[in-house]
Amino acid sequence: MSSRILVVDDDSSLAEMLTIVLQGEGFDTTVVSDGADALPTVRESAPDLVLLDLMLPGMNGIDVCRAIRAESGVPVVMLTAKTDTVDIVLGLESGADDYIVKPFKPKELVARIRARLRQFPTEPSEQMQIGDVTIDVPAHQVRRGSSPIPLTPLEFDLLVALARKPRQVFTREVLLEQVWGYRHAADTRLVNVHVQRLRSKVEKDPEHPEVVLTVRGVGYKAGPP
Amino acid sequence: MADRLARLRRRAELALAERVGAVRVLWRRSMQLRVVLSTVAMSTVVVLVLGLVLQTQIADRLLQGKQQAALVQADISRLNLERDLARVDPDRDGTRTTLDDALDRLTSSGSGSDRDAGAFEAVLIAGTEAIGTPGASSDPEATDPSSGPADVVPAQLRDPVLKGFLATKYVTVAQVGRPDVPALVVGQPVRTAGRNLQLYLIFPLSAEQRTLALIQSTLALAGLALLGLLAAISSIVTRQVVRPVRQAADVAERFADGHLDERMPVYGDDEVARLAESYNEMAASIQQQIHQLEEFGGLQRRFTSDVSHELRTPLTTVRMAAEVLHAQAEDMDLVARRSAQLLVDELDRFESLLADLLEISRLDAGMAELALEQVDVRDVVRRSAETVRHLVDETATPLLLDLTEPAVAEVDPRRVERILRNLLANAIDHGESRPVEVRVAADEHAVAVVVRDHGVGLKPGEAGLVFNRFWRADPSRQRRSGGTGLGLAISLEDARLQGGWLQAWGETDHGAVFRLTLPRTHGDLLRTSPLPLIPVSAAPAEAEPGIHEAAGTTGTALPPPETGEFPVVVGDGRNDAADAADAADAEDAR
Repeated sequence: MSSRILVVDDDSSLAEMLTIVLQGEGFDTTVVSDGADALPTVRESAPDLVLLDLMLPGMNGIDVCRAIRAESGVPVVMLTAKTDTVDIVLGLESGADDYIVKPFKPKELVARIRARLRQFPTEPSEQMQIGDVTIDVPAHQVRRGSSPIPLTPLEFDLLVALARKPRQVFTREVLLEQVWGYRHAADTRLVNVHVQRLRSKVEKDPEHPEVVLTVRGVGYKAGPP
Repeated sequence: MADRLARLRRRAELALAERVGAVRVLWRRSMQLRVVLSTVAMSTVVVLVLGLVLQTQIADRLLQGKQQAALVQADISRLNLERDLARVDPDRDGTRTTLDDALDRLTSSGSGSDRDAGAFEAVLIAGTEAIGTPGASSDPEATDPSSGPADVVPAQLRDPVLKGFLATKYVTVAQVGRPDVPALVVGQPVRTAGRNLQLYLIFPLSAEQRTLALIQSTLALAGLALLGLLAAISSIVTRQVVRPVRQAADVAERFADGHLDERMPVYGDDEVARLAESYNEMAASIQQQIHQLEEFGGLQRRFTSDVSHELRTPLTTVRMAAEVLHAQAEDMDLVARRSAQLLVDELDRFESLLADLLEISRLDAGMAELALEQVDVRDVVRRSAETVRHLVDETATPLLLDLTEPAVAEVDPRRVERILRNLLANAIDHGESRPVEVRVAADEHAVAVVVRDHGVGLKPGEAGLVFNRFWRADPSRQRRSGGTGLGLAISLEDARLQGGWLQAWGETDHGAVFRLTLPRTHGDLLRTSPLPLIPVSAAPAEAEPGIHEAAGTTGTALPPPETGEFPVVVGDGRNDAADAADAADAEDAR
């Protein structure tokens, strides 16, 4: 079954072009041109991925992203024309999993989308433990004790990547490659923002993390089981 | 021992110098202190002079009065004595008691009746010998009858009195067990029945001395009090003047620190108020100008951001359309296929031009963000070399990296990489497949990267132009890296943003040199570069095409120190580029 992608973009030419390219790659696409319609469509059709243009009439792309994230863990890839740190970090903090700067090449876009849709290969009944957090990989579930912690697929992937090699320190570049699927060194701000988001969900006290530990000057590693 | 003494002395000298230095600093910095100290110094002189004059005047008057009174008393005493001794012959025996009695009456009556002259003692001397002193009176050999403390009377006084004149003299009377007392002695002849006697009246000046001492101490106290008062007054007056000045300085300082709303308080209508008013006017106009500039900056930023979005969205569409067409090029005829190819290639150029334009407008608007890190610049050089590997392979250029010296510095690695990528791409572009040499060096304050090519080089004067926007050495020349004409301009801005220099040197057919110098600590001012800009040897090193990390590239070896042919390059990038251009001209002239 082909993956369904929701394109949220006010520029009709770009939306049409995106549709042509994505359909050429075998995706099903739906286009929404108004930010305000994005959330109802996500609710209705439950797409596998949302491609969201940050500059939208009616509703700001960042607000749309926040609204979607509040309800759903669907992967969100932002399209942005801005490259300033503030804009990108703001977009990522609103819940986007990845971003792609205009103008991009179709191949680049498709690679990013596939990376987000890709599932970690799972082994049956793989269970991991970091501190008092239990990760059930096949069930895509994370629990503290008996209460489940809702994570987006990206956050889940990030946590699993760290947990699978408990003693290894991951540099941001390695995480970018393993979790986001970047082959070249890219923007490490992605990692920083998502680690913060993950911590705000899985840590008891995000100021003093016990699950995702920072190794100063190197990167991150999982806390002891 | 001598060592220790010397050390102690040096330490003492140091401490003293420090103290002196501190005082000098205080002296320089405090106008109040200066005014107070000079006032005190000057008024000390005035008070001292005034005090001395006053004291002399008072002493003179006191003595004059005493002398007049003493003369009157002496006259009275003489008359009394002459009356008493009218019938006494001093040369006869038994007159001593008469003389003593007369003297006693004299002294008691004098001290009682006439207070002007005060108490006195009387001495009667007959002849030249002192007689009548208590000691002499018991002397059986005494021939001259006299009475009173005759030894007080100095000889110089006796001569005029013996000759029959009235004379006065000041003497100091030694007293056993008490301090010496100055005294006034009045001497005159007294007629008796026999020969004339000499009557000396001794007026002790102890009362006058006490008065004078009292006046002196009063004067001294008054002087000190006056000095204190003057110091206080000058301090207060200076404070009145200095305080508004200090306030103004504080306000100006805060204003300069960016508190643009700071204003001076205006009180009254005096000079300080005028100063405050005009200062405030100036501050207001500066504030307005700054606000306007900020507004312009904001407008430009918004414009940049808008252009960014507005241009990028259609460009994305076109780009994707072009890629789709290009992907189906095999099904098209030759013309359409070539067109699709051109479309894609030119879109690449368009895109990088747009990116460069946005970058430079961001730099111009001062919106560039620095992400400083401690990095070894050699790693950045290696990364940049990797990014131009395709150019190296295409042109079969040997790229020699001399990375022997560690060069850790606090820089923005992305920007440094961008600069180096630009310099490398340029060097390979213009290097005619001859070796391109890169050398990294560091000293205490700075790190430098020199990129040297042996290609067509630069014509005289061109070294200063290469950093101009859209400037091209030779419009007809083929470019491989597809530069936008903004690369070096952006690189220069990137270097400047980090407090560094980017300089160029070139000579026709001898290649070009670009030197990037960056301070090791961000914010430090660059003075010199660890590497010279102008190369010594023009001969390219022999090497195979490809990237090599090799020590000892010859391009920019340091010249022998005695030649001193290197212009000292100072200032920021742009001036240095001009300097370098001059240097290039000089090279050509030679």
